[in-house]
Amino acid sequence: MDKKFVLSSSPHLSDNESVSRIMYTVSISLLPAGAAAVYTYGLRTLWIILISVLSAMLAEALSCRVMKKPSTLSDGSALLTGLLLAYNVSAQVPLWLPAVGSVFAIIVGKQVFGGLGYNPMNPALLGRSFLLASWPTHMTVFSGAPPRGGTVSGIDIFTEATPLNVLRQSRDILGNAADYPIEKVTQAHEAVGKLYDSLDALFFGQIGGCIGETSAFLLLIGAAFLMTKRYIGWKIPFSYIGTVALLSWIFGGTDGLFSGNVLFHIFAGGLILGAFYMATDMVTSPVTFKGRLIFGTGCGVITVLIRQVGGYPEGVSYSILLMNLVVPLLDRWTRPKVFGGAKKR
Amino acid sequence: METTVGLRSRSFTGGIHPPERKGATEQKPIEDLPLPPYVVIPVQQHIGAPSKPIVEKGAQVRVGDPVSEASGYVSVPAHASISGTVIAVENRPHPLGPDLLSVVIERDGEDRWREDVVLSQNYLDLENREMLDLIRAAGLAGLGGAAFPTHVKLSPPADKPIDTLLLNGAECEPYLTSDHRLMVEEPDRIVLGMQVLVRLTGASTGVIGIEKNKTDAIAVLRKTVNTHGLPFRILSFNVKYPQGAEKQLIRAATGREVPSGGLPMDVGCVVQNVGTSAAVYDAVASRRPLIDRIVTVTGPGINEAKNLRVRIGTPYSFVFEGCGGLHDEIGKIIMGGPMMGVAQHSLDIPVIKGTSGIVVLERTDSRAAPEMPCISCARCVDVCPMRLMPKMLGQFVKHGLFDRAREYNALDCIECGSCAYVCPAHINLVHLIRYGKSEVMRQNQKKS
Repeated sequence: MDKKFVLSSSPHLSDNESVSRIMYTVSISLLPAGAAAVYTYGLRTLWIILISVLSAMLAEALSCRVMKKPSTLSDGSALLTGLLLAYNVSAQVPLWLPAVGSVFAIIVGKQVFGGLGYNPMNPALLGRSFLLASWPTHMTVFSGAPPRGGTVSGIDIFTEATPLNVLRQSRDILGNAADYPIEKVTQAHEAVGKLYDSLDALFFGQIGGCIGETSAFLLLIGAAFLMTKRYIGWKIPFSYIGTVALLSWIFGGTDGLFSGNVLFHIFAGGLILGAFYMATDMVTSPVTFKGRLIFGTGCGVITVLIRQVGGYPEGVSYSILLMNLVVPLLDRWTRPKVFGGAKKR
Repeated sequence: METTVGLRSRSFTGGIHPPERKGATEQKPIEDLPLPPYVVIPVQQHIGAPSKPIVEKGAQVRVGDPVSEASGYVSVPAHASISGTVIAVENRPHPLGPDLLSVVIERDGEDRWREDVVLSQNYLDLENREMLDLIRAAGLAGLGGAAFPTHVKLSPPADKPIDTLLLNGAECEPYLTSDHRLMVEEPDRIVLGMQVLVRLTGASTGVIGIEKNKTDAIAVLRKTVNTHGLPFRILSFNVKYPQGAEKQLIRAATGREVPSGGLPMDVGCVVQNVGTSAAVYDAVASRRPLIDRIVTVTGPGINEAKNLRVRIGTPYSFVFEGCGGLHDEIGKIIMGGPMMGVAQHSLDIPVIKGTSGIVVLERTDSRAAPEMPCISCARCVDVCPMRLMPKMLGQFVKHGLFDRAREYNALDCIECGSCAYVCPAHINLVHLIRYGKSEVMRQNQKKS
């Protein structure tokens, strides 16, 4: 009997997880929010998403060829990066913009570091930041036909009609009321009131913003699904959003300290998308319990800092990218105490 | 050191829930495998120094005659498991490494035993020293798989007082049911053995730890302990792998964590497998040497899965014949369980003292998935029962950074396999860490 047996190291059992399954599942959980954006902003949104995804995949396939490595398209990460990049631009951008952004995200954000697993920063956010720095007007214009279902109506004194922007500009007016004519101050008051009243619009996705930012409701459903599969945990999103909530309550209002509208700050802008889908990116977030809590808190602090004091109305992308850079240090500082509790040798 | 033992049913951090796959054998009573035509008795079936053969080709032996003697303190003898003639003392295939010196005995058609293997009614009158000598002379080593010489484990130094004797009935590996069946069918041997163990270690508390999926075993042992009037407790734990790992068992039962680099005696505990306890009873009460053990033969590749009582040294080919034979497309033959067991290369491999099970996998279950880059998903960090960072250890070893591996506590890895089980990139972390451990130990030795 000359049978041949397989000799390999233990363990000889494995659960059925794989990298591609994780990537594709995360992509699928993002689709409802994208569908809502297509419904709200029109068919153009779909082209943006498709162009972004295809450019990302093409960039990956070509760079693999250039690097003389087998194609890594099947791991699903290029598709996910393309999708997330599309979600980070508005529905009004020229169609070449997401293509350029995706190519940058894949090549500079991931491939030059060695491909999947080696990149220090979130590739989609890196791509978005590149676009914002290179074509600021394209990236920050949110005008055009009002989104279906209504707008934060009656606010035509402002140029960039996203809720966070409206709040920002209102705050500037109300904070320096003496410098503005009385009608503007009144309108600013009204605007803030309307914003705070429009929470359900924010939640369900009828407000101006980027493609992926609009329907917090559908994003949360997707995130809840990913949590049941344990692809994302609670530590980063909850510490991130919790910190933003706390600091926005204290500093984010227009009536002095402790007057911030917490729910508004949570659902406006890209916080839900960022906290549940971008900050939780496995490759660029910490692996330890405490590390994740610190990471989320840090993202929250920087987000609020940028929103309140910095030059942009939205701070999610930069806060995550900055915290990404600190992750190796966090992992080292927060090593779990080994069983049997010896100090690190 | 605590003077009272805080016994409660706890758990441990990390761990996984692989499918149990015990359905094929958990209800099947132990069956005696017929005596094989020959046995191969390796001189090393235990941790420590290999024993030295004391018989030559042509010698006639009875069941229980020693065929090798211990060399040094951490060593145990081996015995003939069938009666017959020694036909060779030469290198033969071994389950844990290259071919090893073994005593090969051909059966004489009978089952003649050594005459003094007889139950003595007043074995409890023996001195501790005499009991330990009997245990050693019987060739006892841990039957849970690691096979550490039992007499050494039962002789902790005076500066490590023992207050708790734990019996390991967890059997957390998928597929394996040999301990389960032993607990259900032969609880008296286990409990009476425990009585001896408690006395020898001087423990004030005796506990048997069992996983909750073995409700019949828990009930039977509780009843048996009461019948004998012994003050032992049975603790049942939630099913989680690796609850049966020694350090995790101690933590779950007593709340104490064995210090990194230390031993259970450092926290006042001694742990023994339930099978070892039964063998201790046999050795002390009847002078019966270790010549057989219970083996669960199972897996998708075997025709009739069974719990068999097998004579030590029986070749796998004979064991499989006793189970209706193998399927056509066999992939792996695993000695032990599928999480920590060792894949075997031949059907001539013998059953040894630590062979708790043989799991046969088909070819389709034995393919390795292609390895992907690590995506830092941290599942390995989440499940590690020793709270290590397997992904870091794996990367250090891949890049030859053994100093960093030592710093990150590579030597504390118990090689349970939880990390590799959950890794979505199919990186064989255990393989890497194992290599890293051997390199770290080699470098440690060079320094000293």
